[in-house]
Amino acid sequence: MPPEPETSPPAGSPVLEARGVVKRFGPVTAVGGISLEVRAGRVTAILGPSGSGKSTLLRCLNFLEIPDAGDVLFMGSPVRARDRELDLLRSRVGMVFQQFNLFPHLLVWENVALAPSVTRRLPREAARSRARDLLARVGLEDKAGAHPSQLSGGQQQRAAIARALAMEPAALLFDEPTSALDPELTGEVLAVMRTLASDGMTMVVVTHEVAFARAVAHEVVFMDAGQVVERGTPAQVIDAPRNERTARFFAR
Amino acid sequence: MIGPDGRLSPGNVGRLSRAPWWLLALALGGTLFAWRAATSEVYSEIFGRLLSGLGVTLAVTAIAFPLAIALGLATALGLVSASPVRRNIAMLYVQVARGVPILVQIFIVAFVLVPLAVEGIRWAGGGLASGLRASDVPMGVRVVAALVCAYGAFEAETVRGGLTSLSRGQAEAARALGLSQRQALRHVLLPQTFRRILPTLGNDLISLLKDSSLVSVLGVRDITQEARLYASATFRYTESLTLLALLYLALTLLLALGVKALEHRYRRHAA
Repeated sequence: MPPEPETSPPAGSPVLEARGVVKRFGPVTAVGGISLEVRAGRVTAILGPSGSGKSTLLRCLNFLEIPDAGDVLFMGSPVRARDRELDLLRSRVGMVFQQFNLFPHLLVWENVALAPSVTRRLPREAARSRARDLLARVGLEDKAGAHPSQLSGGQQQRAAIARALAMEPAALLFDEPTSALDPELTGEVLAVMRTLASDGMTMVVVTHEVAFARAVAHEVVFMDAGQVVERGTPAQVIDAPRNERTARFFAR
Repeated sequence: MIGPDGRLSPGNVGRLSRAPWWLLALALGGTLFAWRAATSEVYSEIFGRLLSGLGVTLAVTAIAFPLAIALGLATALGLVSASPVRRNIAMLYVQVARGVPILVQIFIVAFVLVPLAVEGIRWAGGGLASGLRASDVPMGVRVVAALVCAYGAFEAETVRGGLTSLSRGQAEAARALGLSQRQALRHVLLPQTFRRILPTLGNDLISLLKDSSLVSVLGVRDITQEARLYASATFRYTESLTLLALLYLALTLLLALGVKALEHRYRRHAA
């Protein structure tokens, strides 16, 4: 038997935490000292105009961008930017990308099975049946044997979600998961995300989908120019913003 | 060249104009020549001589090519390494090996580096290796070492180009899943890289097969050496060299067709 990953943290306990995270690109400060706490079973939506630093903040959470200052804590302990430690963090925190980033040389089920079979030595057959179960969960059981290039954008993104789920993550990070999709394909992806949320998955979602954030998120963080402008429940931030910048954004 | 529809020619044209007429012409010429040669005693004698060198030509190519790719791969990883030491060592090797003619490299490896290496082994091995002499290293081995050294630099640039042409999202997705650097390379990046660079690798294999003729300068008896020996003994230069050229051509065409078939197999989902 392959080693079972640690069980999920109890609901409400902090899974991921950013403390004063700063990220600069040359002269530009993309993230200017942001703190964020993501508790188990909760959905945090990060909203804001393009270039406000929301994707960079998300990428700092699993060190695809190494923060210049500040700490990221996973399950309460700080993560250092060392390869071994990051591999461990990343095997417990899944990521879904705007451009899907499926592996084009592998079949859909192989995309899903790759990480568990490589990093946890899950035997091929077990990995395969797990992959099929996960694909069924996102409504793609009939596409397991297809190549990613044969899938629509929405299907590719759902396969990417299944791939992220394969590591049984304690949290999932979504980086504008529907921004590269045709409008009529966003619905199927958002529906999958909604189901995940209602199943109690801990999620951080960078998105432009205000309606989705309002319906699903427990907390909304509004960012502008690398700073958190306002945060609170969707009802507070989206429907009754106190900050003028926030109000202008949601008035569109 | 570029049609009004923006396509590279041939676009949507008839079957006849897309047929590989060059191959037909070549096959026709080859058949005529083969018929002429089959009826001639001289040609069949030359052909017999060349066949005795064919094994060497094929062996040199078949041994040197995978080693050159391995060296190229290691060097390419050095070229894209985060470590400045590795990067600079890799760069130094690539620039030197690419900048010196292969023929000169063969002389240097054969007559300078191999004797030096043998000296070094004797010095390091003390009494154990005292009987070892540079002349114990066959010319064939030296020649393969030189070709590997020369082609490793080309392959390094090819692999590096393929690696860096992959979208950054592929590496990010692999690392974000918890794959280590090594696992990401092995399972995600390199398989895609090799599919992409297959046409270039095919070209390099064909070049290497042709450049294996350089081994004749060290007296290694490949097909070129056999043709030269035969020609200088009999003064039948025209027949020997024609047959030699045709034999190379037949080999490279076979390789080209094989590479095309491989490319076709991988093209659909290489993305």
